[in-house]
Amino acid sequence: MYDDRRYIIRIAIVLVAMIFLVKLFFIQILDENYKAAAENNIIHKVVDYPYRGLIYDRNHQLIVHNEPIFDLMVIPKEVHLPDTAAFCELFQITREEFDEKMDKAKRYSYIQPSQFAKQISNEWFASIADQMAGIRGFYPKARTIRGYDYENLSNALGYIGEINQRQLRADTTDYYKQGDYLGITGIESSYEEELRGKRGVQYKMVNVRGVDQGSFKDGKLDTLSVPGQDLTLSIDLKLQQYAEKLMEGKIGSVVAIEPSTGEILAFVSAPSYNPSLLSGRDFGKNFELLTQDSLKPLFNRPLMAMYPPGSIFKIVQALIALEEGVVGAKEQVYCDHSLIGDHAPQGYYDVRKGIMFSSNNYFVKVFRRIINQNPELSQFEQAPIGMDTWAEYMHNFGLGRPLGVDIPNEKSGLVPSTELYNRIYGTGRWKVSNLHSLAIGQGETLLNPIQMANLAAIMANRGHYYRPHIVKATGSSNYIDPYYTERQESGISAEHFPVVIQGMQDALYGTAGRAIIQDIEICGKTGTVQNPHGEDHSTFMAFAPKDNPQIAISVYVENAGWGGRAAASISSLCIESYIRGEVKRKWLEDYVLKGEFFD
Amino acid sequence: MRKDSILDRIDWTVVLLYFAMVILGWINIYAAVYEEEIASEMLSLTYNPGKQLIWIGTSILIIFGVVSLDYKFFDSFAYIIYGVMILLLIAVLLFGREVAGSTSWFQIGSFRFQPSEFTKFATALALAKYLGDIHVKMENPKTQLIAAGIMFLPMILIVLQGDLGSAMVFAAFSIILFREGISPIYFIVGIGLVILFVLTLLVSKMIIFIVSGVICLVIIGASVKHPKRIIITILVALAIFATVTSVDFLMQNVLKPHQRTRVVSLVNPDADPLGAGWNVTQSKIAIGSGGFFGKGFLEGTQTKFDFVPEQSTDFIFCTLGEEQGWLGSFIMITLFVIFLIRVSIIAERQKTKFARIYGYGVLSVIFFHFAVNIAMTIGLFPVIGIPLPFFSYGGSSLWSFTALLFILLGLDANRMQVLMR
Repeated sequence: MYDDRRYIIRIAIVLVAMIFLVKLFFIQILDENYKAAAENNIIHKVVDYPYRGLIYDRNHQLIVHNEPIFDLMVIPKEVHLPDTAAFCELFQITREEFDEKMDKAKRYSYIQPSQFAKQISNEWFASIADQMAGIRGFYPKARTIRGYDYENLSNALGYIGEINQRQLRADTTDYYKQGDYLGITGIESSYEEELRGKRGVQYKMVNVRGVDQGSFKDGKLDTLSVPGQDLTLSIDLKLQQYAEKLMEGKIGSVVAIEPSTGEILAFVSAPSYNPSLLSGRDFGKNFELLTQDSLKPLFNRPLMAMYPPGSIFKIVQALIALEEGVVGAKEQVYCDHSLIGDHAPQGYYDVRKGIMFSSNNYFVKVFRRIINQNPELSQFEQAPIGMDTWAEYMHNFGLGRPLGVDIPNEKSGLVPSTELYNRIYGTGRWKVSNLHSLAIGQGETLLNPIQMANLAAIMANRGHYYRPHIVKATGSSNYIDPYYTERQESGISAEHFPVVIQGMQDALYGTAGRAIIQDIEICGKTGTVQNPHGEDHSTFMAFAPKDNPQIAISVYVENAGWGGRAAASISSLCIESYIRGEVKRKWLEDYVLKGEFFD
Repeated sequence: MRKDSILDRIDWTVVLLYFAMVILGWINIYAAVYEEEIASEMLSLTYNPGKQLIWIGTSILIIFGVVSLDYKFFDSFAYIIYGVMILLLIAVLLFGREVAGSTSWFQIGSFRFQPSEFTKFATALALAKYLGDIHVKMENPKTQLIAAGIMFLPMILIVLQGDLGSAMVFAAFSIILFREGISPIYFIVGIGLVILFVLTLLVSKMIIFIVSGVICLVIIGASVKHPKRIIITILVALAIFATVTSVDFLMQNVLKPHQRTRVVSLVNPDADPLGAGWNVTQSKIAIGSGGFFGKGFLEGTQTKFDFVPEQSTDFIFCTLGEEQGWLGSFIMITLFVIFLIRVSIIAERQKTKFARIYGYGVLSVIFFHFAVNIAMTIGLFPVIGIPLPFFSYGGSSLWSFTALLFILLGLDANRMQVLMR
């Protein structure tokens, strides 16, 4: 059956073979183009690496640039060394390393260049140029690394490194090749696509001896590299440097935001490091040192450190209580020290006075009213309902979840939820008295310094904010992602802000006298965060001036004690420097730089 | 009756062709990686020619093993071998090692093993076993479905490994179905789909719609008195519409980015000169520069200097094309044609349906590899990584083609004994 089909199959085989032979006849015998490309020439593919985008501050001060360096390439076939020992000495390698590198290059290819030594600085190369005469088969290949004009902003900028296997596999766009460099952390990573530009390729005809014979097909296939886009940061370099100076010798963060835009003006993670350490030849060695440093200079504190907010949290409680209508703006509440320990004296308190003197008992009472709004239910039944309402407000304030900052690795902080307490105490087994510490910013709540600064921006704006961001514009077109220009609402009506802000202004005369600046109306709130592991943390958040605010700031100094001293002083100095352009209060500056906050 | 030895009964034509190709392959692998400076080390185990000698040596052991097995073994164990290979394919998906984007390897110590290679003859055996049954009729739709199932099951598992090239090989078994009598309409439709696919990439969809629409309308107009013909025409028109519109979906969602660029660069080689286009351009320059007589053994410059990637495996034909020219290519292609026709003759002379079908299985796999591999090196087909049988460097590939072939030669040597049963 169907025996004839054997012939059809055989004919198909012969037919395929004929097609191949005809096609081969065309490309091997008739088409002279291949011959032209072929006689003695071979085509070399030369990758043209683009310049990485530069990074400027908001006043167009250059912060990050590119520095030329060289990789030493080798073509094993051409190598001629008059004196191998001298060569090893020149490049400071042992004979074993030399042999190993040479073997590796030979395994890769005899004819194609491969990397022999990496990242030789311009100066060094110039100094050995004379000795390179007579050495054949080695030649320099220009590349660039990041160079830094200032030693500031390291944690926000991030660093660049060689792509690893995992990242190569994850790269679905097929852009990267082995040995490529890319941003690993910070802005270098989050704006990698903008910064990197686009590689170009040149096809060059090279004869068998490797001599350049011009471009292939008149350069028809060549592509030019496109340089990366420059970034303009919202950082004010002068403020940044000043804040970093004030934080010297301390652990903590300073974050300053322009309230009207959400632009980050200063982003300090202390202690920090010199960004040049992670650029160039000694990357590996320095990285090792930095990771082993017990003070963790690579830890990006403004985004990753999570702290209890302490008393600065009280202004949020005040706003929620006013919005929920559980306390009147002028309502007097008698506070003794029955509920919780307190620095504020006993007596009658309203919202403004409660903030001014940071009364723990007033805010615990207010918080009880937020949680227990359904008197017909038992306290155990009321607690989860009130808790859910409270947590929703928290989220609207940008707390307990990432704000969406354009620097990677932002932590969400922690806003406790009904589920958390159900897990801790059991469902239906907790009530408001278990939650008292939340009212005053202790307990389970954890915020990042950037969330605290954003809180100050919400106060400055009387109820809304823009997602904090550090890049003001990309490229020359001043493009900015609309994500960062979308107005975010806190859910608190504007009418409730004046009284709370008045309390913040008064607070300077209550708990933060050092923060007062003549002629600039500052509104702020101190926090002294109890720390079971050591000295209390000092924190302060503020904005200024009171009307038409230009800066919102949060300062967190670990183990520096009372909020009215370290944090309030640093905040106030930064505000003065930014608004006035200079600092007149040298005594306060000296006090901060000296760092003796416990006297 | 004289009990003659297997050596008298084996088909020496094919054995000689096999060794001719393996030796030519080895010579080309040697030429592909040859460097003057390391000539003395070329046969050491750090370089491909040395390693290939080991694969060739072990292949001879495989030949003895396979031929000395009882010829009834493969018939009896066909389903079991197939089942085991399917299980291995599933296992490799779960525990396999990822190499170059596909999880198709097992690694045991320094030994690597790729189950998909050996699934080819397992599937050929299973198809032979199933279709070889005297009661199975190819015309029966149920038969066609089951046969398709046997083909597609390993195909799907291998696609899941991310190895689209190896999976496509299984489609070649449709040659068996053709020989056994499946309606040619399937092939006409299949080829039509491929042509339509390529057309969609080449010209605007609107043009295809308009042209095919006009043709259909003309046919419908001309066949007013044949309602059946009108219905078929409308169905064909709908099928064309569905195919053309699904090309984009296929390109965007089924193919990986690098596969997509390979298809596009086939139609337009300058589209991606860095990636897929680069390989094919370099490959064509190497072959094209060979001329009529070639540059001579070890005289090739293109392949030698690493301008063609994977020149000792998937692109081995470049070395031959460059150094031996059109004449060498002609000889090599002719060898393949004689070999494949000889395999077809052997298949046809079998006394059992099982052996004949298995013979066409061998022919299908080797023909597909040959056709697609050469087509991709000369720019007639998208680049998919499949080796040229007997020529390409690599253990798994040589072993599996050797086993595939010599099982057939074993069956063939014993074909007369079937009658004596």
